[in-house]
Amino acid sequence: MIEENKLKTTVTEKGKTLTVTLLGAIDHHQAAEARKKIDTALFKHRPERLILDLEGVDFMDSSGLGLILGRAALCEELGTSLVLRRPSPRVKKIFAVAGITRFSHIQTEE
Amino acid sequence: MNAKKLNELKVMLPAISINEGVARALVGAFCAQLNPTIEEIADLKCAVSEAVTNSIVHAYRGEGGPLYISVALYEERCVTVSVRDRGCGIPDVALARQPLFTTDKEGERSGMGFAVMETFTDSLRVHSRVGRGTTVTMKKRLL
Repeated sequence: MIEENKLKTTVTEKGKTLTVTLLGAIDHHQAAEARKKIDTALFKHRPERLILDLEGVDFMDSSGLGLILGRAALCEELGTSLVLRRPSPRVKKIFAVAGITRFSHIQTEE
Repeated sequence: MNAKKLNELKVMLPAISINEGVARALVGAFCAQLNPTIEEIADLKCAVSEAVTNSIVHAYRGEGGPLYISVALYEERCVTVSVRDRGCGIPDVALARQPLFTTDKEGERSGMGFAVMETFTDSLRVHSRVGRGTTVTMKKRLL
């Protein structure tokens, strides 16, 4: 019952691309640690591209949206392009509530 | 609510962020007896998550306090969830309920909490008194 509310954040670097795979639930509690891991990696590697793989996100509330938008803002500051890869149905649902069908400066990859 | 109440759960949890997931799990487990669809229960848990997070982040400004969550199940597959805190209260509820509005200066709050609650439930009522606290009551009729 509690396991389902955890988030696993995996960071891999390949050339000038940083891929962050998020697995599990992104709520306010889990977002804090994910933010730290992603931002540490961003500042350390200064990649040209950051891919957030969202296929395995089985829960997300508006805190997760805050996490994504916050990373988008940071990427823009750093000159890193952001790609949201395979947003899960729950992720897409929150995007829809926020009225975000297409981000202006973020790519979405299915 | 004129329909007969069938079952009820009342819990008090400290308003700490680890309990966001606990609250979701409790509501999900309790509502399972109505055999909701996966989508329905996911939506309800998300709405609860938003309400609980609001209390933790905004009502108590991260300093903790008691959170009272009650879930009531009624005939005709109706669920009422209320999340109550004794935090700072909301001076202007209508303003707070506007999408993108947030009082959070430092964090990355999207200001979409109430919008999510409204979208994922059939009705949302917010009662608040400055200095006394806020109660959010959500109703959802399962298919």
